[in-house]
Amino acid sequence: MTSLAWLIPAALFLGLLGLAAFLWALKNGQFEDLEGAGWRAIDDQPPGPQGNKTPQGGKKKPE
Amino acid sequence: MEGALKPDATSTPAASPPSPGPARETHIFTAPEIMCGGCLRTIETALAETPGVEAARANLSARRVTVTFDPEVTSPELVIAAIKQAGFSAAPLIEGRDEVHAARVSELMPRVGVAGFAAANIMLLSVSVWSGHASDMDEHMKTLFHWISALIALPAIAYAGQPFFKSAYAALSARRLNMDVPISLGITLATAMSFAQTMRGTHHVYFDAATMLVFFLLVGRLLDESMRARTRSAAENLMSLKALTATILDADGTVRQIPSRNLQPGMTMIVATGERIAADGIVSDGLSEIDESLISGETLPKRVSRGDRVHAGTLNTAAPLRVTTTATEDNTLLAELSRLMLAGEQTRGRYVRLADRAARLYAPAVHLLGLGTLIGWLVAGHGWEIALTNAIAVLIITCPCALALAVPAVQVAAISRLFGQGVLVKAADGLERLSEVDTIVFDKTGTLSLGEPTLALDQPIDAGVLARAAGLAIMSRHPYAQAMVRAARARGIEFDPQTSVSEIPGSGLSMMTQEGEERLGSALFTGVTVTDPRQTASLWFTRPGRAPVGFRFEDRLRSDAPATVAELKSAGYHVEILSGDRPDAVADAALALGVSAYKGGVRPDEKLARLTALKQQGRVTLMVGDGLNDGPALAAAHASISPSAAADIAQNAADAVFQGEKLVAVVEALKVARRAHRMALENFGIAIIYNIAFVPLAVMGYVTPLLAAIAMSTSSILVTGNALRLRGMNLKLAPVAASKDQVLK
Repeated sequence: MTSLAWLIPAALFLGLLGLAAFLWALKNGQFEDLEGAGWRAIDDQPPGPQGNKTPQGGKKKPE
Repeated sequence: MEGALKPDATSTPAASPPSPGPARETHIFTAPEIMCGGCLRTIETALAETPGVEAARANLSARRVTVTFDPEVTSPELVIAAIKQAGFSAAPLIEGRDEVHAARVSELMPRVGVAGFAAANIMLLSVSVWSGHASDMDEHMKTLFHWISALIALPAIAYAGQPFFKSAYAALSARRLNMDVPISLGITLATAMSFAQTMRGTHHVYFDAATMLVFFLLVGRLLDESMRARTRSAAENLMSLKALTATILDADGTVRQIPSRNLQPGMTMIVATGERIAADGIVSDGLSEIDESLISGETLPKRVSRGDRVHAGTLNTAAPLRVTTTATEDNTLLAELSRLMLAGEQTRGRYVRLADRAARLYAPAVHLLGLGTLIGWLVAGHGWEIALTNAIAVLIITCPCALALAVPAVQVAAISRLFGQGVLVKAADGLERLSEVDTIVFDKTGTLSLGEPTLALDQPIDAGVLARAAGLAIMSRHPYAQAMVRAARARGIEFDPQTSVSEIPGSGLSMMTQEGEERLGSALFTGVTVTDPRQTASLWFTRPGRAPVGFRFEDRLRSDAPATVAELKSAGYHVEILSGDRPDAVADAALALGVSAYKGGVRPDEKLARLTALKQQGRVTLMVGDGLNDGPALAAAHASISPSAAADIAQNAADAVFQGEKLVAVVEALKVARRAHRMALENFGIAIIYNIAFVPLAVMGYVTPLLAAIAMSTSSILVTGNALRLRGMNLKLAPVAASKDQVLK
């Protein structure tokens, strides 16, 4: 039974961690474009302008 | 949020070097052709290369692009041009009342998260306590678990329950009852009693039931709100694309494009052929024909010249015009229409939603039941504590979780089904009002018909003649000329575009050939004497040495209009046509559709008067219309639907907007609305059966926290499951009379 003394706080802490992650994601607009996010993940082209460190990489002509 | 930052500002000559804190503007554009992930990249890359654009982020779900730019370098018009260059149509977003809903969704989401966290953790503790009854868990451990539950539940309910508390408070201060009143009371009492029992170390602790209730109800409300936000955002996208821009000629001779809402009186607009006029005004230069069908329903173009008044939303068909804008406040048509719309909205009155009507019966009943339990146990001599505990248990058990989910669950299923079929239900109570309709009033032009002239099929026209005429017509943007070209293409006739064609605005086209002059235009212009007065909507084609050929045009009915009207009539709906078009054109359409009640040449105020008259006869009317002239009627009718090609005022006033050419969308909307109404009543039935089963137990004092938790979740799941059936259901339009009995008064 004494194990409960730390198991319950640990469980609650992990739960709160999940909640905090959810609230952070919400506030960061992670759920704003669920369809688009799926597509962006499978985009084959070199990283777009937003994630690109080399200035000229994003300057590909759109076809 | 991370945006598509412009990679290298200095590589483009127009961009200014990064200066400390330059002004930035963020605009949202709608781009409905975003269909896949590739589109996102194309648009973002194109915008990243546009000088002055700081960040661009395309959104596939919303079909919108958010762009942050430097207003000194670029402008919304240039951004749109860049998106268009990438191959997508775009328009600045016109924010409607949608903003309120978006705010509600983002307000509900964190509350759902918190309630979900609390419900899950408290349930873990509660399951331990329940299983502890059968094992060796001692009283101290149970009390400890109750205290931990209280620690989670109290702040969680105080935060997550706010939407219900606020709504209940608002209703009570307006001396009304809504579903949130018994909900709030149930949640508050359950929490308060559980806390009291925890402090005393006894067993009636309902934290699990209370938090789960809040969680379920919040999820229901969130789904409802986000579905609404989605339909509204789609409706906004449609409206934004149709919004007018005006080409302004400044005093110094520069020409610029501005959105029509930024127009000031006294500006000079240039209206090209084929453009819609962005604001009311007076023609200062030019001679043209104006298509007013969106305003008045009249399909024949009207000739205008210098000094004539033209209205916003009308289409310039023949030749470029210069128009001096006038104020829209005073006695213009638009001002008159908005006055009428206000009057229309007032005649509709305040609609009490089904759930709130149910709450009016339900809330007093359960509160009396709680009181009765309290008195009963006191009379039986059991003392205050037991009496109060049992009375509160009754209120917790009757807390209308299933009842509060009964309607929203059905609404979400119904609205998402209609959304998939291109019908956007915008009004919160639109679906409920649609289900009560027994009379349908149609506008003709643009609603029953397509709103564009089509070559009538009942005339024998030689393919060679049509090919020659179409060759001339292709040089013009006049609706008749374009209809001629469409007709030739539809018949698979090949024709050579003629280049040496000159257009005489308001008259027609002419071309000199070796034999003489060929003319395509009005009877007057071609020199043909017309004997039949019904030949007004027509075009003549004359060639030297040959008999003139007349082309008659008609505003063709939507292909499924006859079938749709027939289906509505056979289901027992009373169908009427009210149109601003010429009475004979309306009579023709009514005859073709088999509608006996019709009237042509109707002004907007007369439409409103007719709807009021129908209401006085006890009829519940659905108005289907598209024009500005239908606006007041759309606002006044019990329910209203517009096609997506409708004028913005009409779309704003309508409860629902349908996309596409098929009128059958109206039938589909009615079907789903009626079925949704039935399912909402079914759900009420399920909720009431649940109450009949558990309330006696609560009154007798047999309800335990475990029983309460099981009862609440099963009834909620049953109700939601029942509602979800609506999505795949095969529906038939049931006769109207049958549904009248089901309307909950």
